[in-house]
Amino acid sequence: MDEKFDAIVIGAGPSGNAAAYTMAKAGLKVLQIERGEYPGSKNVQGAILYSKALEEIIPDFREDAPLERHLIEQQMWVLDDESYIGTTYRSAEFNQEPYNRYTIIRAQFDKWFSKRVQEAGALLVCETTVTNLLMDGNRVIGVQTDRENGAIYADVVVLADGVNSLLAKKAGFHAELEPKDVALAVKEIHFLPEETIQSRFNIGEGEGVVIEMAGKITQGMMGTGFLYTNKDSLTIGVGCMLSDFKQQKITPYELLEKMKAHPAIKPLLAGGEMKEYTAHLIPEGGYKAMPKLFGEGWMIVGDAGMFVNAVHREGSNLAMTTGRYAAEAVIDLKEKKLPMTAANLARYQGRLEDSFVMKDMKKYKNMPEIFHKNNHFFTTYPELLNRAAHTMLTVDGVDKKSKEREIRKSFKQRRSLFGLMGDAFKMWRAFE
Amino acid sequence: MHIVVCIKQVPDSAQIRVHPVTNTIMRQGVPAIVNPYDLFSLEEALRLKDEYGGRVTVLSMGPPQAEAALRKAISFGADDAILVTDRAFAGSDTLATSFALASAIQKIHEDMPVDIVFAGKQTIDGDTAQVGPGIAKRMDLQLLTYVSSITDLDLENREITLHRRAEGGVQVLKTSLPCLITMLEGTNEMRFATLPNMFRAARYPLKQWDKDAAGITDVSKIGLKGSPTIVSKVFAPQPKTIPAEIIDCESKQPKDLAVTLLAKMFTKFPNLHEDIAKANA
Ligand SMILES: Cc1cc2nc3c(=O)[nH]c(=O)nc-3n(C[C@H](O)[C@H](O)[C@H](O)COP(=O)(O)OP(=O)(O)OC[C@H]3O[C@@H](n4cnc5c(N)ncnc54)[C@H](O)[C@@H]3O)c2cc1C
Ligand SMILES: Cc1cc2nc3c(=O)[nH]c(=O)nc-3n(C[C@H](O)[C@H](O)[C@H](O)COP(=O)(O)OP(=O)(O)OC[C@H]3O[C@@H](n4cnc5c(N)ncnc54)[C@H](O)[C@@H]3O)c2cc1C
Repeated sequence: MDEKFDAIVIGAGPSGNAAAYTMAKAGLKVLQIERGEYPGSKNVQGAILYSKALEEIIPDFREDAPLERHLIEQQMWVLDDESYIGTTYRSAEFNQEPYNRYTIIRAQFDKWFSKRVQEAGALLVCETTVTNLLMDGNRVIGVQTDRENGAIYADVVVLADGVNSLLAKKAGFHAELEPKDVALAVKEIHFLPEETIQSRFNIGEGEGVVIEMAGKITQGMMGTGFLYTNKDSLTIGVGCMLSDFKQQKITPYELLEKMKAHPAIKPLLAGGEMKEYTAHLIPEGGYKAMPKLFGEGWMIVGDAGMFVNAVHREGSNLAMTTGRYAAEAVIDLKEKKLPMTAANLARYQGRLEDSFVMKDMKKYKNMPEIFHKNNHFFTTYPELLNRAAHTMLTVDGVDKKSKEREIRKSFKQRRSLFGLMGDAFKMWRAFE
Repeated sequence: MHIVVCIKQVPDSAQIRVHPVTNTIMRQGVPAIVNPYDLFSLEEALRLKDEYGGRVTVLSMGPPQAEAALRKAISFGADDAILVTDRAFAGSDTLATSFALASAIQKIHEDMPVDIVFAGKQTIDGDTAQVGPGIAKRMDLQLLTYVSSITDLDLENREITLHRRAEGGVQVLKTSLPCLITMLEGTNEMRFATLPNMFRAARYPLKQWDKDAAGITDVSKIGLKGSPTIVSKVFAPQPKTIPAEIIDCESKQPKDLAVTLLAKMFTKFPNLHEDIAKANA
């Protein structure tokens, strides 16, 4: 086609939408291409929305975005086979507007975001897959789609095509993803009446709870589980590293079924009916697994660039923020009438480095390795913690001092004192 | 030549669920699609346009969201799209729907004479197959249902020849234009839209007609008032379940399993032997 755009955005997830919206709002001629039937049709997320990242793009998003519940309570569970020990944090402050975190259903949320993108003036084409980047030497000059007459050109191409970005791989910007750098997550949505959810979780209308879980539920694999309250449904899921799934020969589905049968989880789901089952990859390789993020006429944003903070379960916010930064780099260059060369697009990386995005990516850069090399975090420790709690809480005539001694002994029996200290030190370093 | 294709946006029946708590049909969140039967007609219309030239106008009556169905039709290659939408249409049954569509087609016709109207054989949600014939009757068009192929179109003499599926055979029919055709399912596979047409669809300034624009003055013929059909009850039929029996045998050998199965069958149907012999004779 002869028509030329200022920018082409591949993908209509949070990163692509943020990029397309920001550029279109600034008056640029933007084309967005999405392979799904509609934006959100292929997307999977827990999902928790962190307000800040979206607020910076659409300040009044609360007016009409499809938000399920705002979160007023966070629980962390460490599970053994039959028990769990956990913490709960609930605060009235979370009930003060503007709310900070919400549960969302991605299919609806992405549709809403996309409507805003189109209203801002971007041209959206769905059910169309980008099959190749069009190159002139080492410069990206457009994209090839799977439709007849399907080549289309632009000054810059933003790759927002999600985890496992085939396009970046094909173009050689990205190495093949390694199983140790991606988690496979499965989740289900279970229907329950609004009132049942509210009484079961002790929350009011519009209020929500998050339960993050770790321990025996992942059967020694590196990963976590989660349970979120939506308006009239619950989302439950579990994710582990792909390399672990391969090694352990457990299917994600089996893992989730076992998890749902856990005596602490089963009653929370009771009476609900499963509405949806989905599986999706999460890029969790962290800083060390990140690809190059920009080049001649191209930038990578969101999951495609490994922008996920697995420890804090952040992804969509990084996607939106990186999408916005990439867009702002383009807007800046357009205003100054500068070409979209790698040297000029380096300002995208600059913005990332100056912000929380790269600071957080770097802070946790050792996390994946620590967990990988040490499955005690997912097997031994949960068991020991739960046993310790059990021992302390069982009134059986044994004095507390002996109980403490017994607990210490059980820890040391399972893992040497040296190993325990080492793990604690590594964790501390990783979080530092 | 000018062709009008009537399309209806319907919920994707493959994805409809009954709410486990309230037992009502959950339309929310179910993706809307173009009624699949309408696509066979749209494709036929586009093929005629490819061969004989002319214009294809798609027409739909429905809520504002039906816009998506019309844009899809534009992406396949339709030239124009009109959405007839008005609160006054709410609650229309097939009688009222065909009245409103016939009025709209009359309006379109005044602008550019219509030669052929296409409708789907039926919808996948209402399933009545009445709207197409209803339009034909009201507009005094030749009615050709269950058409499997159009073999000739003579624009000079204003004649059309086609094959129509009938009980026990195929009818070869020739009639005069204007006419209304409903295509049989499976006749045509919908084409894949080109990228330029995807752009056109995304940018197309859709025409929205209210009842006045559609030329409707008699409001007693549309909406609830114009709909004599009464829905007294809607319910999901109870599925009959026959519990499956798992057949096992000690040796776990396929051969022994087969023998066990046969033994069971012959015990349950003692005359099986004779029945088979009879059937073979
Ligand atoms: C189970 C699970 C739970 C999660 N929970 C959370 C959470 O609670 N909070 C949080 O912030 N994050 C969470 N995440 C992470 C979050 O979902 C992602 O980080 C986020 O979706 C990334 O956005 P994105 O736009 O980069 O990619 P995506 O959302 O994956 O979007 C990419 C889009 O590109 C399209 N596409 C791909 N290839 C092509 C192509 N060749 N041509 C055209 N289109 C293409 C896809 O169809 C898709 O729509 C979770 C992820 C999972 C899997
Ligand atoms: C039992 C029952 C109860 C109903 N109750 C209600 C109700 O309470 N409220 C309500 O609003 N509707 C109701 N409807 C739906 C409404 O009557 C029908 O959707 C409408 O009249 C079309 O009938 P149909 O879907 O059976 O189409 P069919 O007659 O099966 O359709 C044949 C063809 O006609 C064309 N066509 C049909 N409808 C349209 C349209 N709207 N625009 C363009 N082309 C079209 C298409 O080409 C279609 O393939 C009900 C339907 C039934 C069967």
